[in-house]
Amino acid sequence: MTMTRAQSQLLIKASPWLFTIGLVVFWEAVVRVFKIPTFFLPPPSLIAQAFAEFAGPIARNSWITLETTLIGFGLAVGFGLLLGLVVGWSRAIYAGLYPLMIGFNAIPKVALVPILVLWFGIGFIPAVLTAFLISFFPIVVNVATGLATIEPELEDVLKALGASKLDIMRKVGIPRTLPYFFGSLKVAITLAFVGSVISESVASNYGIGNLMLQAQAQFQVPLIFAGLVALAVEGIVMYALMAMLEKRMTRWAQRSGFGQN
Amino acid sequence: MSAFVSLRDVSHAYAGAGSALAVDGLSIDVAEGEFAAVVGPSGCGKSTLMKLATGLQFPQGGTVTVAGERVTHPVKIAGMAFQAPTLLPWRTTLDNLLLPLEIVEPYRSEMRRRKREFAARAETLLGSVGLSGQGGRFPWELSGGMQQRASLCRALIHEPKLLMLDEPFGALDAFTREELWGVIRDLHASRKITVILVTHDLREAVFLADRVFVMSARPGRVLVERHIELPRPRDLEVTFTTQFQDIVHELRAHIVKARQ
Repeated sequence: MTMTRAQSQLLIKASPWLFTIGLVVFWEAVVRVFKIPTFFLPPPSLIAQAFAEFAGPIARNSWITLETTLIGFGLAVGFGLLLGLVVGWSRAIYAGLYPLMIGFNAIPKVALVPILVLWFGIGFIPAVLTAFLISFFPIVVNVATGLATIEPELEDVLKALGASKLDIMRKVGIPRTLPYFFGSLKVAITLAFVGSVISESVASNYGIGNLMLQAQAQFQVPLIFAGLVALAVEGIVMYALMAMLEKRMTRWAQRSGFGQN
Repeated sequence: MSAFVSLRDVSHAYAGAGSALAVDGLSIDVAEGEFAAVVGPSGCGKSTLMKLATGLQFPQGGTVTVAGERVTHPVKIAGMAFQAPTLLPWRTTLDNLLLPLEIVEPYRSEMRRRKREFAARAETLLGSVGLSGQGGRFPWELSGGMQQRASLCRALIHEPKLLMLDEPFGALDAFTREELWGVIRDLHASRKITVILVTHDLREAVFLADRVFVMSARPGRVLVERHIELPRPRDLEVTFTTQFQDIVHELRAHIVKARQ
C-alpha cells in the first residue's frame, strides 16, 4: 500500500514526536523487564516523579543556568562579532591571530575553570565566563570567514570606483557575513550551555550543574536524570530559537543557495 | 589619433619586484570610442592589463595614462564586468545596479535626494539590454545570461568613459553568448564608449572589435595588432563570411605561435 503525498508529509511531521515517545516507552520497558535497579538507571516514570517532587528547585536552578548561559552567550556574540570583524578586516591580522585562536580553542575549557575561580571566586562569574569562552570561537571564525571570502572580482569592481575598505565592508562584507553569523549562533548557544554547566558542577553553589552534583552526593539518582532532562529541554528551546532567528534574518541566503556551492 | 588609454613599455610583476614578470614591454594605445580586444594564450597577463588600466595596480616600469592623466589611483571613469556576474544576492537586480552610484561621486552624496531618478535610469538601462521589468527580481531568480546582462548594466550605470570586460561571456552557452555580443555591440554604438575586451574567443574579438591585440605568452607583450575592417553595423551573419573566417584563422595562427 502506498501513501499519498499528504500522508507522507504528515508522517514526517509526526516522526520526531513518535521517536521521542518510542524512546521513553522503550526505556521504561527495558528497566522493568530486566529489573534494572533504579539507582543505576531510573525509569522515565520515576524521573517524572522526581520532576514533580523537586519542581521548585529544578525551576529555580534551570532559570539560573539559563541566565548564566544567556549572559555568557550575549558576551560571546558581542565580542565574537567584534573580533570576527577585526580578524576578517585584514589578511595580516587574520594570519597573526589565527594560530593563537586555534591554540586557544584547543584548550579544554574545563581546564580554565580553576583559574577563573582563582580570579573571581566560586559562583556566578566563572560560569558566565566559561560559557562565554567556550562559545565565542565559532562566532569569530564564521564572521571572519564571511568577510574573507568576498569574491575578488567584486572587490575589484568596487575598488576601481574608488571604494574605501570601509565602503566594501559596509556594502558587501557585512551583509554577506550575516548568514555565516546567524548560522554560528546555533552552535554557540549549545556550547554556551556546556560551558555554564561544566563550571556550575565544578565550582558553584547554584544552577542545574550544581543541583545534579548535590543529587549525586545524596544518591538521588532520579533527580540527576531530571536535571539532565531540564538541560535538554532548555538546550532544544534555545537551539530552536536560534534556528528561527537564522531563518528570519537571512531569507535571501536560503532561497539563493548562498554558500552551498 | 590621441590615445584615450595608453600603456607605454609597461612591465609588472605581482608580489613585488624579483618575482616573474606578468607583463614586460607591453605597449597598447586605444583611441576614444574605440573597441579594442585583447587575445592571447592563457596566463599571458590579460588580467594584469585590466588591473593596470583601471588603476587597481600600478606598473613597476613604464607608464599608464587614461584620459590624458597618469594613472596613480583607481580610475573612476571605468566600469568593469567579469566572467562571474558577481551580483549581490541580498539585493534586487535594480539595487545591484545602484551599487556603483552609492560609491562613486558625485552620485554618492546625491543618492538620497535623487534616488528615484537613479532608479528610473537603472530601469531604462535594464530595458536597453532586454531586461525591462526585471529590476524587482533577485539575481538568483534570473538565468545566467540575464545575470550577465545585469552585470553589464552595473558596469555602465555611472556612465563610465571606459568599459573593461574580462571574458564576460566565458561561462555562457553559445547561443546566449552570441545574443550578448549583439547587446555589447549596440551599447558601444549608442554610447560612444571606449571598450577594452579581454577574451579567449577569437570570433568574439573579431566580431566586436575595431582592433585586436594578440599577446605573447608570459611575460605578456603585444605581438600583433590587427585592424578589423569589417563594416559596421555588423550582423551575426558576418561571422559566416570568408573574410571573417580568414581573419580568425590569421589570429589563430599567431596564438599558436605565441604558445610555443
